[in-house]
Amino acid sequence: MSEQKLFSLRNPWFAASVGVTAAIAILSALLGLIWLPLAQPDLKLAGIWDAICSAAGVPRAAREGPSLQPDFKTSSVVVTSEMLRRSDPVSIGRGATLAQRCAICHGPQGVSDANSPNLAGQYAAVIYKELNDFKSGARVNAVMSPFAANMTNQEMLDLAAYYAYLPRVPSNRADPNVPAPPVVTTGSPMRNIPPCGACHGDFDTKAGSPWLGGQSTVYIKAQLEAFASGTRHNDISQQMRNIARQMTPQEVEAAARYYEAQP
Amino acid sequence: MLINKRLILAHFWLAFAVFGLALVLGAWQMFERSPLNAWHFDPEFYYRSVTAHGSAMGYVFPTLVAMGFGYAITEASLERPLIGVRWAWAGFLLVAVGAVVAMAPVSLGLASVLYTFYPPMVGNPFYYIGVVMVVVGSWVWVALMSINFVAWKRDNPDRPVPLAMFANVAGSYLWGWTAVGAALEILFQILPVALGLRSTIDAGLARVFFSWTLHAIVYFWLIPTYIAYYTIFPRAIGGRLFSDAMARISFILFVVVAMPIGVHHLFADPQVGAGFKFMHSVFTGLVTLPTLLTVFTIAASAEIASRLRGGRGAFGWVTALPWSNPIMLATALSLVMLGFGGAGGIINMSYQLDSTIHNTQWITGHFHLIFGGAIVIMYFAIAYDLWPHLTGRALDNFGLMRTQLWLWFIGMIVTTFPWHYVGILGMPRRMAFYDYADPAISPQAFAVSMSVVGALILLTSGILFLLILIRGQMAPLYEAGAYRFSVAVHVPTRIPVALNSFGLWLALMVGLTVVNYGYPIAQLMVLKDTNVPAVYVGATQ
Repeated sequence: MSEQKLFSLRNPWFAASVGVTAAIAILSALLGLIWLPLAQPDLKLAGIWDAICSAAGVPRAAREGPSLQPDFKTSSVVVTSEMLRRSDPVSIGRGATLAQRCAICHGPQGVSDANSPNLAGQYAAVIYKELNDFKSGARVNAVMSPFAANMTNQEMLDLAAYYAYLPRVPSNRADPNVPAPPVVTTGSPMRNIPPCGACHGDFDTKAGSPWLGGQSTVYIKAQLEAFASGTRHNDISQQMRNIARQMTPQEVEAAARYYEAQP
Repeated sequence: MLINKRLILAHFWLAFAVFGLALVLGAWQMFERSPLNAWHFDPEFYYRSVTAHGSAMGYVFPTLVAMGFGYAITEASLERPLIGVRWAWAGFLLVAVGAVVAMAPVSLGLASVLYTFYPPMVGNPFYYIGVVMVVVGSWVWVALMSINFVAWKRDNPDRPVPLAMFANVAGSYLWGWTAVGAALEILFQILPVALGLRSTIDAGLARVFFSWTLHAIVYFWLIPTYIAYYTIFPRAIGGRLFSDAMARISFILFVVVAMPIGVHHLFADPQVGAGFKFMHSVFTGLVTLPTLLTVFTIAASAEIASRLRGGRGAFGWVTALPWSNPIMLATALSLVMLGFGGAGGIINMSYQLDSTIHNTQWITGHFHLIFGGAIVIMYFAIAYDLWPHLTGRALDNFGLMRTQLWLWFIGMIVTTFPWHYVGILGMPRRMAFYDYADPAISPQAFAVSMSVVGALILLTSGILFLLILIRGQMAPLYEAGAYRFSVAVHVPTRIPVALNSFGLWLALMVGLTVVNYGYPIAQLMVLKDTNVPAVYVGATQ
């Protein structure tokens, strides 16, 4: 058996297998890269080379011309793994000093009954992103925007680190007996609403989504309505706007009440 | 001549233990997302369970079966002890430890990315490290199969390599090469992100790399089944193999065309050009050839056995087959499932037909019918056939074995046929929750409930299978004699060098990979701005 040379054109197995394989490959390439694309009038190809490039998936330069721009600023924050790191004590200390000017609305310990969001124990990435968006104008609020306007990047990082460091305090309105409404547990797949709990706590927490437990009903409702109407638009890729637009007023109410009652 | 019986048994036992656990998860998943379940818990558990089920059934279970069966074939067909027993144990340990390392983060909910990884989702690094350990452990087996094959050929230059060993080495080479895609994906795309070195990932390129593995891995799972068809079935029913050369050509065809076809999994993905999708579709069509050759050869071998037993007539010979023999029954049931599954597969590989069922439950039904059905039922048969030789104890409760095989077949049909059907209705896969109260999908509720019944039948059959093996382990000692493989009608004494070696076929395999994957991969590697931010799953904040 060993005297027969394997890689030789005189070996019929070699010639036939290589020949047939190559023939199939060439034929399928001719069909797939030239004939089929040319057979499709919608592609409007300039010639054979154009057909080959098109079928091989060579990206084409986008057509020149003005692209549609939104008439508002969009968020430029990218959530990276950097934001999920634990911060150093120095940063937390600086944040504690800076936070004194936030205390009037958000409470000296990051908790307040004023229907402004509770920040104690909120994820650092969330606070950092919102401050950035207030500063850039992607999110607008008569009270917050002026505060954020002059903040440096380091100040925003420090504040985020400080509030993330503060322990979560159970809200006065915590009530373990409030049942989770369907929109929190299952969402509504047919309306493209994922369960709130899949990102905002309770079931799972996705990096970059705020923890909602204990936030006031008034605040959550106001934000959902703002997302639905488009007055708030700093959610990346319209994630929350797409959801809020689909929610009924009853679902908004139920979700807000549920999260307010959570620890 | 089986010498390292403990090594082989360890592989089979670990494989079947993993299979048993993953089977329970699978049955639970079927129930969980069915209308029989009142929705009351965390959807995250579903994805966690699917990840564990897929990783165990896809990476650990068949790999261990192929490895254990491969060692058994090496010793029994070459009639000499395995070279590299310590390495084999090391490979086994790597697979076992890797499985634990991968499953720990999955069960903690830190890596619910499903077993196909789905970047840009990125989970805990230990999940991927565990999978890499499993793959590296199996590569030890690939190397050992090659070393034993070459060493035997050097010592026996004038004899053809026994068919079982030839096919076994074909399977190992196929796996060695096809696992490279997933390894590239994990090492260069996913792990750097999972370890926090990068925060963006080229999801398109990663998916192309995975498709390199994703289709041929099924043929790697399939090879032990085909080896059983060719080298166990004819002997077990008292016949002869119709053609030794046909068998070799089938395995060679798998080596050459099973791998460079994976882009048909990406028909709906935008990052690969339509022309390459077409080429992959054509080559996927070619993989039907070795299967059709096999069905023909196995049916011919069965006819030989039947006529030797006095079977007559154009079709009457079918009744004269030894139907009470579990191997006969398993092979027949396996071929039926292969027929249905294969027909479904031809639909999946057609560029146009695929668009109807892409990413629907049809796909999940399809690969369960092929892998869980046609392939795994032959793993049962292999275990039944090998067990007396490995344990030195009789395994003689044929009635129980037949019940188990029938239950598996019925369970698989009852599970997967409705599964295919709801896929045609448009039911998407990879979802934890379906609102069956919605009029748009309420007609699917009955079919999904039927699948749950099938899953319970499968679970019963799986438990029965493990009980049979455990009972076999406790039966009184008995001498099973030497382990033998089927003999061909025309026993090969001299065969062409091409049918006795792999050089040419490996060259064609790599060459076709370059032709079919070279440009899509090169283009995605060269293109800038194809990276997207990773989506961290289970990230603690």
